[in-house]
Amino acid sequence: MSTSTFIAERHPSDPLFRADRLPHIWCPGCGIGPAMHAYAQAMVESEIPLARHVCVSGIGCTGRVPGYLNMDSYHTTHGRAIPFATAIAIVKPELEVTVYSGDGDLFAIGGNHFIHAARRNVDLNVICINNFNYGMTGGQVGPTTPMGARATTAPFGNYEQPFNLPYLAAATGAVFVARWTSLHLRQLKQAFLRAMKKRGFTFVEVLAPCPVGFGRPNDIGDAMEEMTLYRERCVVDASARLDSLDIDLRDKERPITLGNFVDIERPVFDPLAMMRPAGERENHAALAGKTQEG
Amino acid sequence: MKQMLTGNTAAAWGARLADVDYIPAFPITPQTEIIETLAQWAAAGEIPARFVTLDSEHSMLTAGGAAAAAGARVFTATSSQGLLYGFELLYTVAGWRVPFVLVNVSRGLASPITLEPDHNDVLAARDSGCLQIHAETCQEVFDSILMAYRIAEDPRVLLPVIVNLDGFSLSFTREPVELPAVAAASIYLGEYAPGHAWIRGERPMAQGVAVLGGAVYSYFRYQMQLAAENALTVHEEAAAAFETMFGRRYGLVDGYRLDDAELVLVMSNSFATKGRAAVDLARSEGVRLGLLRLRLLRPFPREAIRRALAGRRAVAVIDQNLSIGLGGITVGEVAHALYAERDRPPLLSYVGGLGGKEISDQEFRRIVSDLMLAAATGETPPPRLLFTAAEARQMQTLLSIAGKEGAG
Ligand SMILES: Cc1ncc(C[n+]2csc(CCOP(=O)(O)OP(=O)(O)O)c2C)c(N)n1
Ligand code: SF4
Ligand SMILES: [Mg+2]
Repeated sequence: MSTSTFIAERHPSDPLFRADRLPHIWCPGCGIGPAMHAYAQAMVESEIPLARHVCVSGIGCTGRVPGYLNMDSYHTTHGRAIPFATAIAIVKPELEVTVYSGDGDLFAIGGNHFIHAARRNVDLNVICINNFNYGMTGGQVGPTTPMGARATTAPFGNYEQPFNLPYLAAATGAVFVARWTSLHLRQLKQAFLRAMKKRGFTFVEVLAPCPVGFGRPNDIGDAMEEMTLYRERCVVDASARLDSLDIDLRDKERPITLGNFVDIERPVFDPLAMMRPAGERENHAALAGKTQEG
Repeated sequence: MKQMLTGNTAAAWGARLADVDYIPAFPITPQTEIIETLAQWAAAGEIPARFVTLDSEHSMLTAGGAAAAAGARVFTATSSQGLLYGFELLYTVAGWRVPFVLVNVSRGLASPITLEPDHNDVLAARDSGCLQIHAETCQEVFDSILMAYRIAEDPRVLLPVIVNLDGFSLSFTREPVELPAVAAASIYLGEYAPGHAWIRGERPMAQGVAVLGGAVYSYFRYQMQLAAENALTVHEEAAAAFETMFGRRYGLVDGYRLDDAELVLVMSNSFATKGRAAVDLARSEGVRLGLLRLRLLRPFPREAIRRALAGRRAVAVIDQNLSIGLGGITVGEVAHALYAERDRPPLLSYVGGLGGKEISDQEFRRIVSDLMLAAATGETPPPRLLFTAAEARQMQTLLSIAGKEGAG
């Protein structure tokens, strides 16, 4: 019996990636790849030329994202993506700067920067791949590991209260706050698009399987099983109370709530304009050539 | 009984048999196995220590120093970027004069990013007030941790000790390690009586105060220098007691086929094992080569080094580190030890093994022939950065893939 083989030479998204860097380092089933693709598609659809997008990461498996994107990208030190991106956003306000990093990078060693950039409302998009652990170093407990979940440094289950990231982002001042998963790729892309459209500090949390670091010790057989868990447990409720968004996987009845929770306006951080006396501010905004609705 | 342990697990056993009370932790490759092993033991109730993951090395070292100041016996571990991230605290905590043991698993520093070993990380901490022991084998990692607690906690010293082991070549390499019985280890360390622990409520005291006017500041910094010098004596006592109890002897420095050596290589850490092989090879060809391994880096055992090297015909220091704009770091320190010597040998300087780069037989041969020439002429050749022709060719290939040919 003969079978005909079809080999695609190109993928429509090829120009967005650095093919020479492939194969990538991610494990089979890792949720980072699909979420990266959603980001790449959002860039294309954003109507902001690719040449004006910049992607910055810290260190971790997620931190590898900028290295695979065919754009201006920077792989900084562990925890320091936000100050790096803040500086770029301030000296080059015409650029669309996105931080793409892991839960540990952004909320453990780099947590301080997150709250201050949100407080100032720096014009940044922060995308966090929350895989509930430090993936790159081999599955240790981190600040988003759900209660009771096992990790190499919490072999009988995490006993520290994790962050509720959307609540934290909203409380510290983010103007757009969303949570989706690597299963909800359309909604995720839409959230990225909204974040890119908006000026100010935006935050998108992406729940993503890490079958090696998180799945295995927690009896989640493989990535498919974690995706099934998302499908069964996730509910979309944009008007949910922010303080109810904790993720607790022990309680099978408890939903994982997704949605675009916050979308507000606040003055965007601009030291050049803001440091001046009130009368001169509008003047500067006009000079900088950026519109509020941009 | 001997067990096959990685350097990392040997380090975890060091903490376990030192019966530590508190382990603040933060993961980083290639150290993570140490804290993971300790976490498993703590969670299983096999060790009574409080194991806590902190948010970074900065908070980890702060917490470690504070617990030590409150009288807990503290163990922690890091590597490379992590050591640098906690750097402010190395100086601060040493100034608090509190003993604890920090294991550093050496890894080259960014940029570019690597995971493999060299000693720029740990040597960056050389002026901090933390003492430093550098280990060559997994056995020495374990033994040095026990000794380190004895030295750090001695009232004549009261400074933190960093025990260094190389990432990958030691951290992930299994070697037979003899572990003492729990009782023997606790006899060796003795009852922990933290006389320095002033954080204890019943005697309120303001600590960590600022002192202006240089005299008070100088007084306390000089106290640290004197304490570090005391550690030379305390190390010798700790080593003698260790030998009596466990049969293994560690010197301030370690020599290999030195007795009749005319030419000497000076190295440290696990690459010294390659140096030993180079010595054997040269000896088989009739060259009287020996090896001096630096073990205690702080305090710097100047006198022991002077004694080991004075009168040799030529000495080559291979630094697995690079102080950009200067060259090797330890060669300058060895030169200092030898400077007053009338009969000082030509001192040759090599930098090699950065980011775990191999030092090949070919490179050792080149060093030995330089040594022979220097011994014959009394002339010292300029410092060299070790890199082979094959490595240079490979680099050209990589540069051309990156579209940067000609840049090399
Ligand atoms: C100062 C410093 N400390 C520790 C590390 C080790 N390290 C590398 S990645 C990482 C955690 C990564 O976790 P996360 O940010 O959640 O990313 P993931 O790998 O899960 O995508 C750590 C602790 C480092 N690189 N630098
Ligand atoms: S360890 Fe986890 S986060 Fe890292 S590549 Fe593998 S699956 Fe992805
Ligand atoms: Mg993570």
